[in-house]
Amino acid sequence: MKTNDKTSLLIHGGHLIDPAARLDAPMDVLLKDGRVAEVAPPRKIKGADQKFDARGLIVAAGFIDLHVHLREPGQAHKETISSGTAAAAAGGFTSVCTMPNTLPVVDSPDWVRWLGQPERGAVVNVFPIAAATRASKGAVLTDFGALQSAGAIAVTDDGKPILDDNIMREALILGGELNFPVVQHAEDTRMTEGCSMHAGARSFRLGLRGMTAAAEASIVERDVQLATTIPNARLHVAHLSTADALKAVRRGKRAKARITFEVTPHHFTLTDEDMRDYDSNYKMNPPLRSAADLEAILVALADGSVDAIATDHAPHAAHEKEMEFERAAFGITGLETALALAITRLHVAKRIPLQRIVELFTAGPARCFDLRGRGSLVRGSFADVTVFDPKKKWTFDAAKSRSKSKNTPFDGWHLTGKVVATIVGGKVEYSA
Amino acid sequence: MNAARGSLLGIEHLEAAEILRILKFARRMNPDRPRPFLKGKRVLLLFYEASTRTRSSFEIAAKTMGAHTVLIQAAGSSIEKGESLLDTGYTVRAVGADVIVIRHPNAGAPYVMAQHIDVPVINAGDGLHEHPSQALLDAYTILRNKKSFKGLQVAIVGDIFHSRVARSACHLLSKFGVKIILCGPTELVPDIATTLAPGVRVTRHIEDALRGTDVVMLLRVQKERLSGLKIDLPEYIARYQMTPARLKLAKKDAIVMHPGPIIRGLELTSEVADGAQARILEEVRNGVPTRMAILARAMGKMR
Repeated sequence: MKTNDKTSLLIHGGHLIDPAARLDAPMDVLLKDGRVAEVAPPRKIKGADQKFDARGLIVAAGFIDLHVHLREPGQAHKETISSGTAAAAAGGFTSVCTMPNTLPVVDSPDWVRWLGQPERGAVVNVFPIAAATRASKGAVLTDFGALQSAGAIAVTDDGKPILDDNIMREALILGGELNFPVVQHAEDTRMTEGCSMHAGARSFRLGLRGMTAAAEASIVERDVQLATTIPNARLHVAHLSTADALKAVRRGKRAKARITFEVTPHHFTLTDEDMRDYDSNYKMNPPLRSAADLEAILVALADGSVDAIATDHAPHAAHEKEMEFERAAFGITGLETALALAITRLHVAKRIPLQRIVELFTAGPARCFDLRGRGSLVRGSFADVTVFDPKKKWTFDAAKSRSKSKNTPFDGWHLTGKVVATIVGGKVEYSA
Repeated sequence: MNAARGSLLGIEHLEAAEILRILKFARRMNPDRPRPFLKGKRVLLLFYEASTRTRSSFEIAAKTMGAHTVLIQAAGSSIEKGESLLDTGYTVRAVGADVIVIRHPNAGAPYVMAQHIDVPVINAGDGLHEHPSQALLDAYTILRNKKSFKGLQVAIVGDIFHSRVARSACHLLSKFGVKIILCGPTELVPDIATTLAPGVRVTRHIEDALRGTDVVMLLRVQKERLSGLKIDLPEYIARYQMTPARLKLAKKDAIVMHPGPIIRGLELTSEVADGAQARILEEVRNGVPTRMAILARAMGKMR
């Protein structure tokens, strides 16, 4: 279907789930001039230029992924903004937040603006997260104000956590003053040197040095402590993976600190016991954790504690993965399997309502980083829409992925729930 | 797992019956009476890590059976120039390797190799993971000194965490119902070690480990693998060093084993190393027939 933001598009016959607007009912949605022009019961809206038949499908605000690695600048052999956002569209994401651990590190307003230039070829919205410290070396804070003005929506030293207590404190103070979230990849790297998976019975058996849950929890505990005491500080815990870290976050939330956190599909789907034959497609950081950690995360997903599902989409070329497990790169792709894993593992298997799952992909992440006009389809919102079939059974074929890289443990998985169309700014960027 | 038939990647997934077949065949092998099971075959010894015993005994085993051997070590080869593990594998395959014997500092490296290369891969020790040929030669040694595995108790003392020998030994002995006691300080013998295989127990007390034990297996504290772990060596010696007095706590006919290299004055005294109960050099000798069996099996000649 060829559309552009000047024509109007009516999505009709579908079932709208919009948790932010407390809507879960058959509704038609009219998109016009890049915005949501009207939301009304079936057949009430007349006179659209084009129509999209959504009968039997769920219509939701465009999904937002708070954590992706698009690898540009500098590592285009793994992914480009063009290929990565194409994969995002195929996975139902209309907005992605990019991590700054590129070559060079995105630690200046110039690089933030560079990410947003049309030459990058993005087909979904790209929201840069800039580095929190210069070159992410953890020593000197970047210019948060300038980065924010240039378009960054948060700061992080993802992959290289901020260990220095005082730097983290200063980052939260400055972030608090600017209403700018500080995102932490929580890992005490002093405790994880040479480690390639979770510390447990399995790592002992395989002879692999293990990252303890404490290496994550200790940093989260410190950060929660800081965020609880610093006025207006905003802490976002990236890819939380352990029950102990979850306890700390729950404590902070109870104390009314401004703390949000995300979990990844692989952490609610797999455990450290699932890796076979040193397959590095099961190697990521944080690593796959214990069954008890996974259970704790499932509880938090169901009870409303988790703010967002984020993929930590981390593409790597084959030669960076097909090697000794301990030397292989950390990370797996995730954009095209996220929704299906959520439906298969959370909705079908654990009876978590679709409404909650949609919230975790839309209103939840929009709130974490204040993405105004996104995460809901109330009138006036951006015309970002994801249409999916929650019952469709399909098999994921990594070879057909739109990502440049194929490093996923989910190749060949039989899944339920499939994206049917992804509409960005009123334009259909993906349709199955 | 796509490993070629005849590969030996570890003990964990080997069946007890297959282990007995290898040991039985090894008993028929005599290094002094060459058997041409591998005549004209090329055995590539790919050593990414230093080795004396394992390397020389694989080499002698292969040559005794008529094979050509080529030794490739990280230093002085394309590995040093940054060639990847798999590219080295493809290269030695292209050169004409019929079997690849690999020693590597990273756990699982032989798995990666076996997954992609279509000739048998033999694990000659991978990181902290497994050392299957050592476990087999140790089993061979135990069976030459004890009637059978039945009712045996084996104490393994020392640095279990960093030991691929210990992991392979636990898997092997457990498959035959042997009682296994792991002994050492928490840093070197974490409690999680009991999950390795059925019949494995952990103790911090050497006396507890030795009482009623038939086989005492000693391990070296692997200083090169400690990576930041601080071990108080005088304290270790005081609590765990094998001395003649301590050895008396074990059964009268207990044997002392050690995969080598031994460090006299650390994990054992010279009296124990050179004593009547020591089988340390016998283990080395038994390495040749055991590895002959492993290589014959790799070539489908173990009948």
